[in-house]
Amino acid sequence: MMDYEKLGLKAGIEIHQQLDTAEKLFCRCPTTLRDASERTGEFHRYLRATESELGEIDRAAREEMKLVRKFRYYTYDTVCLVEHDEEPPAPMNPEALEICLTIAKMLEMTPVEQVHTMRKLVIDGSNTSGFQRTALVALSGALPGGCRVETICLEEEAAQRVEDETFSLDRLGIPLIEITTAPCMHTPEAVQEVAGHIGMVLRSTGRVKRGLGTIRQDINVSIADGARVEIKGVQDLDLIAEVVRREAERQTNLLAIRDELRERGARVDHTVVDVTALFAGTASSILKKAKAILAVRLCGFAGLVGRVIQPGRRLGSEMSDYAKKCGVGGIFHTDELPAYGVTAEEVARLREFVGAAEEDCVAIVAATRQRAGCAAEQVMIRAEMAISGVPEETRKMLEEGSTAYMRPLPGAARMYPETDVFEVAIGDALWESIAVPELLTGRAERFVREFGLDEGLARQVAFSERLALFEKAVSAGVRPTLAARTLLGTCRELARDGVDVARVSEEEILALLSAVEAGRAAKEAIPDLLAELARTAGGAGTPGERVDAAIETMGPAVSQADVEEIVRRIVAEREAFAREKGMGALGPLMGVVMQELRGSVDGKVISETLRRELQRLLS
Amino acid sequence: MERLETGDLVRYVNGGTALTGTYIAERDGMAVVKLESGYNIGTSLEKIEFVERPARQPAAGAGVVVQDPDLPELAIISTGGTIASRVDYRTGAVMSQFSASDILRAIPELGDIARYRDRQIASILSENMQPALWRELARAIYDEIRAGVAGVIVTHGTDTMAYSAAAVRFMLKTPVPVVFVGSQRSADRPSSDNAMNALCSAAVAAGDLGEVVVVMHATTNDDRCAVHRATRVRKMHTSRRDAFQSTGMEPLGYVDYPSLSVTLSDEAVRRGTEEPELRDNLEERCALVHFYPGMPPAVLDAFEGYAGLVISGTGLGHVATDWIPRLREMIEDGTAVVMTSQCLHGRVCDRVYNTGRDLLSAGVIEGEDMLPEAALVKLMWVLGNEPDPERARVLMQTDLAGEIRRRSI
Repeated sequence: MMDYEKLGLKAGIEIHQQLDTAEKLFCRCPTTLRDASERTGEFHRYLRATESELGEIDRAAREEMKLVRKFRYYTYDTVCLVEHDEEPPAPMNPEALEICLTIAKMLEMTPVEQVHTMRKLVIDGSNTSGFQRTALVALSGALPGGCRVETICLEEEAAQRVEDETFSLDRLGIPLIEITTAPCMHTPEAVQEVAGHIGMVLRSTGRVKRGLGTIRQDINVSIADGARVEIKGVQDLDLIAEVVRREAERQTNLLAIRDELRERGARVDHTVVDVTALFAGTASSILKKAKAILAVRLCGFAGLVGRVIQPGRRLGSEMSDYAKKCGVGGIFHTDELPAYGVTAEEVARLREFVGAAEEDCVAIVAATRQRAGCAAEQVMIRAEMAISGVPEETRKMLEEGSTAYMRPLPGAARMYPETDVFEVAIGDALWESIAVPELLTGRAERFVREFGLDEGLARQVAFSERLALFEKAVSAGVRPTLAARTLLGTCRELARDGVDVARVSEEEILALLSAVEAGRAAKEAIPDLLAELARTAGGAGTPGERVDAAIETMGPAVSQADVEEIVRRIVAEREAFAREKGMGALGPLMGVVMQELRGSVDGKVISETLRRELQRLLS
Repeated sequence: MERLETGDLVRYVNGGTALTGTYIAERDGMAVVKLESGYNIGTSLEKIEFVERPARQPAAGAGVVVQDPDLPELAIISTGGTIASRVDYRTGAVMSQFSASDILRAIPELGDIARYRDRQIASILSENMQPALWRELARAIYDEIRAGVAGVIVTHGTDTMAYSAAAVRFMLKTPVPVVFVGSQRSADRPSSDNAMNALCSAAVAAGDLGEVVVVMHATTNDDRCAVHRATRVRKMHTSRRDAFQSTGMEPLGYVDYPSLSVTLSDEAVRRGTEEPELRDNLEERCALVHFYPGMPPAVLDAFEGYAGLVISGTGLGHVATDWIPRLREMIEDGTAVVMTSQCLHGRVCDRVYNTGRDLLSAGVIEGEDMLPEAALVKLMWVLGNEPDPERARVLMQTDLAGEIRRRSI
């Protein structure tokens, strides 16, 4: 167990949440995600980094430039020329701004007086323009536990990567808010708690998108003497603490490697050696097909390149990530060789050829001459960083919570004004008109208090995507317990049994619950009726008519007179049994009646009728 | 407090937080501040206070780019269209680049095609272009040709680029390529079409062509540029990359990207076909009128005394019958009136309907299949060089610079 206080752990988070608006942030397209197979066309573009005033390309942008890449975009009938970067943006979507302000107010933030939209340079292809439009909306908010929210920004979602350099434009431009906290968390658990709290606040608005990929967390982590590392795209809330733990571990191990390298007087030999000829007859399939194999001597690195720094990751993995930026598949190093078809004899020849001493490690890259040269350079750069300590980086999460290098941390200087979008003033009147919704936690408490739901169910309802429907049902006179159990229990059970309940519209569920409350159907019949509605989904008629038709199909309406007649007949048929058991016959006879009525009458009605009939018989 | 200047360090206090930032400007009573995070915000002036004025950084050492002396020399003449720009991320300002060195620094691949000399004759938005500047432009191009360049690239705002290209085409005979180029998406953005258009235009300017053309994206893809004849091209979309389209003919050729291989059709005039010649007189008292239903003939009074009038008429080349008496008067008073069609595609024919026949008998000149804009600049040139009205009428119906097609396809 690590002592995080002693490590000097500091962490902050950035939460990105898609908003559930009718239209995108800077065009009038719907915010609908599409399947790639529905695309109506595709086009391709090249992106080119622009020069800043100092003639310097932003370092994150420069890194991306190492590969000359052509980007391909899928387009749909729900996408317009704005996403194609073929038309200037429309004015900022006021609905998105209002949701953003609502969240800012819930977090007790202060809005800026005038919102300016910026262009943030992003040339990984995920934005057709080469920049992301983003605007700072409010500053300085409060979180439980004394942590602070620094900023909330409203920005456009990037295009979804389909594969490699192919992107899908359906997601591009969906409004996204970015909430940035101060680096004010000091344990992995605190990070997870804060992320959970902010997520709850966001969902309390009822106006954010739900489901996989609609919320993403970036985590900033550093330890004393380490470096700030930004871990991108953590989608699973439950993994956050683990990601922080593993990053603290990685930095601790990198610092230990640094100390040992310094003690050994380690250095990087800057001569790149061509060793292609050495592997002329190799059995290694990777080396065999390479046009060029280049070697780099890392003096004093032996044993450390292969050292584990995080589950599944070694220092060598870090070097490999850097090399991959040049378009190579990875690197080999002598800490892990012989392996991959490379023999001990080849390793010995390699070490001798580059003049490696026992305490040296040799890394090799195999690719075209140009790519291998670029990759060798990258290995040297990363090796030198190991001597300096922990590099500042943007990293991506791997499964289980380890991370891999993506790119250097972006410099601050990569934004300039989006001149095609007017500033938006946030006046006092607008700010005051923003209503603060009840928090989901508060709502759960209220459901216990007002509706008598038990705590677990109340919380489940409050945090569920069906919350709005639940509230609608309750205000339409449906008993809260019935509504909650149907929406959470019954629907889930049916889905588990293979019934496509998702096809039953909210209006139909509402009509069904109302029918039950009106005594037109028994609550026992709800599962059958939902299944029937799912089976006939998409059929003609209003929701009310469709529910009536389902009731008709599943069991024609049975009047109280019918019930009394059936009960009387059944009791008469089993008179001896009833007289023998007395009121104890109620239970067994109940089953018989229920079966006959196949759930078309509320059990309570049957049981009362039956009780009366038995009492009449026995009196 | 001192009067704030762009670049000053300021403290911004809002809702209990204090942040530092850079003062950018005051706009409509609000200060624009760039915070350290890079974001701009607008704030009332009382929420910021001056901290310090950082020492001015000397302008970036924009050295001269060394060019390959073995490559052909091209002239880049800029009129204000932005082929390259640079962003100052400190203040967010976007600055256009005009010198050959600046352009080469922004688009280094240009250096593999040719060497360049630069000349800036204007720095204007193309909607502010004037016939006087067309003449200056034609003279500048002519001078460069006489000085021996292998080709000329003119950077131009896209709005009126087709007018300028056509005007230059009428004024100038050229043995070398004269290529107009611009960009539809601003040069500061990584996705701008500027670099590809510039590279394609350089490939054409160094190539086998011998006439005035517009070179711009052929499709929304970054795959090829089209080479359009100056007198047959039109901007047909407000914002798309492939806004420029040839009308009534296929483009003269294409440039593949990124290979930059140029293919020209048989129709394209080849290098060395014409001798350099400049005839830069323009009769500027010419106008273009777009007719609409119900447009009162009194509108024509505004053109009283004009030497020429091009009408963009309906369909085959019509205006309302109540215009005809007024047009007849103007023609009798010496105004040359040329009919074109707002259909843009197809040929004017005033011999089909009565209105057309009446227009002809009033003396209106059928503008064949000329684009209205091309007809306007042609009329300026014809009237500027041919004083005889009858001969001018014949010239207006004669193909002088590829503006009229013998056959409609």
